[in-house]
Amino acid sequence: MTPPLVEEDARQPTPHRRRTRRVRDERGWALRAYTWIVIAWLSLPILVMVLFGFNDTSGKFNFVWQGWTLRWYRELFDINDLTTALSNSLSIAVIVTVASALMGTLIGYAMGRHNFRGKGMLNVVLFANLAAPEIAMGTGLLSLFLTLGIPRGYWTVVIAHIMFCIVYVAITVQARMASYDRSLEEAAQDLGAGPFTTFRLVTLPILMPGVIAGSLLAFALSIDDFIITEFNAGSTQTFPLWVYGSSRVGTPPQVNVMGTLVFAFGIALVLINTAVLRRQRRKVMVS
Amino acid sequence: MRRRLAPYLLILPGGLWLLIFFVVPMVAMVSVSLQSGSLESGFSQTFSVGTYADMISTYSTQLVRSLVYGAVCTVITIVLAYPMAYWIAFNGGRHKSTYLFLILLPFFVTFVIRTISWQFLLADNGLVLGPLKNLGVLPENFHVLATSTAVIGGLVYNFLPFMVLPIYVALERIDKVLVEAASDLYASKVEVFRRVVLPLSLPGVFAGVILTFVPAAADYVNATILGGSGQVMIGNIIETLYLTNSQYPQAAALSSILLAALLIGIFAYARVLGTKDVMDASAG
Repeated sequence: MTPPLVEEDARQPTPHRRRTRRVRDERGWALRAYTWIVIAWLSLPILVMVLFGFNDTSGKFNFVWQGWTLRWYRELFDINDLTTALSNSLSIAVIVTVASALMGTLIGYAMGRHNFRGKGMLNVVLFANLAAPEIAMGTGLLSLFLTLGIPRGYWTVVIAHIMFCIVYVAITVQARMASYDRSLEEAAQDLGAGPFTTFRLVTLPILMPGVIAGSLLAFALSIDDFIITEFNAGSTQTFPLWVYGSSRVGTPPQVNVMGTLVFAFGIALVLINTAVLRRQRRKVMVS
Repeated sequence: MRRRLAPYLLILPGGLWLLIFFVVPMVAMVSVSLQSGSLESGFSQTFSVGTYADMISTYSTQLVRSLVYGAVCTVITIVLAYPMAYWIAFNGGRHKSTYLFLILLPFFVTFVIRTISWQFLLADNGLVLGPLKNLGVLPENFHVLATSTAVIGGLVYNFLPFMVLPIYVALERIDKVLVEAASDLYASKVEVFRRVVLPLSLPGVFAGVILTFVPAAADYVNATILGGSGQVMIGNIIETLYLTNSQYPQAAALSSILLAALLIGIFAYARVLGTKDVMDASAG
């Protein structure tokens, strides 16, 4: 197929070039297959969770496939303690997301915008929070509550979740600040906007994708958290705590259904966010 | 003057929150660990460091096991994650973000449920072993649950994405011109990888090591759900001492030991390699 002229040409200066490309393609094929196998392995437990939410099992145990049913979707809220646990998890996640989005955004903005004494120290605290094992943060907080004689329950869980979610929002917003053009702020102020108006009309819209990404992360981390929660929940149940407790006696199919719904909801949120961002980008490019 | 105050006002609420509920608790934990007494007789601050020595000698098996499981898990995740991250970064084309999304899918399912799903899959007569036993491939008494394989497998499964992401970010950042330059200078495929790609991707691997090793070594959920009495990790001991036995000083001492061991390691490591990549990976 190749014209002879090119063939001759290729022989002289870069004879290795074509060989490299062929080798790369072969390796690409093997690596592609490998990547898909690992992705399948990662998805396997998800598949099991979704599937066994449809299992027509009779008793409390949900181990053997018995045929399809929608019964567990109809009887989703029949286990009172489980329903309470899930609703606790959801309301905690909402409070935590709002609080950590507010405080985390301010920190992320300050770190990206200003140089100040103590910034290095703050950075160490953020890094330590990210890197410290959950069990140390959970037991530390429990030690504080024990020392002060504060009983553990719903609000101590909220406090604990905000503590680790702030950091994720702060870092996401700070990353967004890397591409932040300070002259936009100056322009707004030259046009007579005060610091609050500038923040509201100029800075915040630019930071928004970072704030939203950080908030989604905070919501997901809060609803999923087990270790820190277990140490600070007292007798309050959250969804992961209830499921963990049930793992010793047999997990009812309602857990699979709730897991499936939370999974679907999370995926939907991320897809919507991506679609909105893409549309905005297109709009910016057109204008 | 106002300008100088601005950053402090901005960080005030979040900074105070972190100070009171993250920094102070670490001090509180050390203080509790230096108390003596029991729940019945009450606790008093005695500053006896003997608890630490006691805990280290009593639970040395579990401490060592946790560090070993964490290390083995980390090595396996590097081996599993690197080729994947490499392929997505260099051959992923337009679909890079789709692949990353697929790798992150497990995070949309609660950690505990994911682990229970494995308990279910690996059960003695479950979906995987059952058919193999029926076919006679495996002996009837073969089991995976309650072995170290199950626990390490669970840890690898749960923390693999933490390794793929930072390695991917590092590989993605490599200027492809460098790779081409190397092959134009007659470097073989292997040499290009060894002398250009690998060194430039190491910061990502280092970040991944922190993000994987720390939660794996300190985990107890996998050991509880997938392990047996021979796979008890240090996290299980801390959980029992705090929440079941109410032996607060002992529990706090053990938790402080674990935190100190991991933090000293992390900061020594970060001192040499920088914290930026861990932060970047967490933000991405």
